[in-house]
Amino acid sequence: MKFLYATAISMILITSMAQATEVKVIDPLNSPQWGVMHHLFLNDETVIFDDKVKIFAPEIAEDSMNVPVSFDASELKDIQEIVVIADLNPIPLVLRYYPEKISPYLAFRIKLQQGSPVRAAVKTADNVWHIGSTWVETAGGGCTLPSVGTSSGDWSSTLGEVSARIWPRSDDIPNRLRIKIMHPMDTGLAPGIPKFHIEKMTLSDKQGKQLARLEVFEPISENPMLSLGVDKYEYLKINGRDNNGNIINAEVTQ
Amino acid sequence: MKFAGLVLTLFFSIYALFSTNLYAAKKYNYQLKAVEIAENIYFFEGTREDFSVKNGGNIVNTAFVITEKGVIVIDSGISRRYGEQQRAAIAKITDKPIIGVYLTHHHPDHFLGNQAYMDTKIYAFPETKKSINVEGENFRTNMYRMVGDWMRDTIIVLPTDILTEQKITIGKHVFEFLSLPGHTSSDLAIFEHTSGVLFTGDLVFHQRSPTTPHANIDQWQKSLATLKKLPFKLLIPGHGPISKDSGAIDQTSDYLNWLVNTLKSAAQNGFDMTEVMRTKIPQRFEAMALVREELMRSVTHLYPALENAYLEPVNH
Repeated sequence: MKFLYATAISMILITSMAQATEVKVIDPLNSPQWGVMHHLFLNDETVIFDDKVKIFAPEIAEDSMNVPVSFDASELKDIQEIVVIADLNPIPLVLRYYPEKISPYLAFRIKLQQGSPVRAAVKTADNVWHIGSTWVETAGGGCTLPSVGTSSGDWSSTLGEVSARIWPRSDDIPNRLRIKIMHPMDTGLAPGIPKFHIEKMTLSDKQGKQLARLEVFEPISENPMLSLGVDKYEYLKINGRDNNGNIINAEVTQ
Repeated sequence: MKFAGLVLTLFFSIYALFSTNLYAAKKYNYQLKAVEIAENIYFFEGTREDFSVKNGGNIVNTAFVITEKGVIVIDSGISRRYGEQQRAAIAKITDKPIIGVYLTHHHPDHFLGNQAYMDTKIYAFPETKKSINVEGENFRTNMYRMVGDWMRDTIIVLPTDILTEQKITIGKHVFEFLSLPGHTSSDLAIFEHTSGVLFTGDLVFHQRSPTTPHANIDQWQKSLATLKKLPFKLLIPGHGPISKDSGAIDQTSDYLNWLVNTLKSAAQNGFDMTEVMRTKIPQRFEAMALVREELMRSVTHLYPALENAYLEPVNH
């Protein structure tokens, strides 16, 4: 009897402790795939859902091939890595961003196959992932459709063309770099069209010092349009390549 | 005991049969009420909302005119059910036959009720017919997703007759069919001269934010200027309440002008779509239904073309 009593007490204690530690790690969007995402892309490391990671996307996507998303993690210090995930996409991993020497701000567009959470997970030096999440509804079909360039056949004439511009901003606001790269970004999920997408990009200053690194995956929209916070830089080099070995090189001056 | 069970089963089966029928009838009834706005001219006013399972897609204004020769219908609504209920509501008011349905443009809330009129002529401009043929099926599928069972058995019925710009007399009414694109690549406005009633289709939105998925804003503004010059007494917009003066035209034009200038200025200053979507909305538009939602949609439609203009080729 005494033993049972003790067991009951310890059970209650364990449950309440578990609840106490779980408070921070319950996915606010209650996504069925969250556990898998945590395991696959965040290595089961400590996570907290944190309002300091500002993520924005429209609640309803008008065009599932081009869903605009942005995140701003400038309230966090010592950022090691930022991972963007769309839980319910057939390819959930969108990008990995390493804003080594510049602001942790990035805007981009993605393809969504169905309504899904979209998250930015920001890893700080203490090995904790801070996660900002939002939910996007969509009519779907974004990932399994061929890109416009591939279906029209004219992608090869513009492949790798870059257009860009730096907008200076005053005071503490980081300068804005906008960059558009012509690329089909085929996911490999459209019948008979192999995956073909930009993989890696780096941003460096005039002396060649690396400022940021970006890994890009299939869900990024065709002809990627990126907006970055580039602090007070007024000259930037962009280098990258796609999964077929095509090289991207560009220099932007203000 | 066995008998009692049987009676009970029978009772519940009959009850279930009747109650589901009543339920279905009530649940999928758009409650369309024809409002007489001029002699022999009526309209059905939709809600100022986005498509939802709750409203069944009844977000659009449709209309009809009883001429001496028969009834002409302007737009057939969102679904087979809408078209059928619209026709039934017309039949309650007049026993004259329907002699023609006129489609203002190819958006789903204006033509998916065509099935109710397969025994009559359905008129549209050639470009509208073409667009229904190309995009209709996608619209239909998307509407099933957005409003659900209200769409049951709705299929695409193409216009049977091609409309041209003209002024025609039907009975004692004089209809002028105007081709004024801008909201889409082909928009029809109808001016009935004897009553002074102007049916604008979606060229005019009133107290409801304009939508832009197929818009050419410059063309649209020109068309609005043309509409404004007509000597109308009463205007029936595609969405929102009727207007006795040019207030609804001015509101649509003012909003479109603000929209384009906002997007251009944002593109020029290097802002991203996600920032433009959160632009502050001027107070004068706050009373328009769905203004934030439509702004966000319009950014998706219109911003990509504008932002490219402010980037330079930079390949090394």
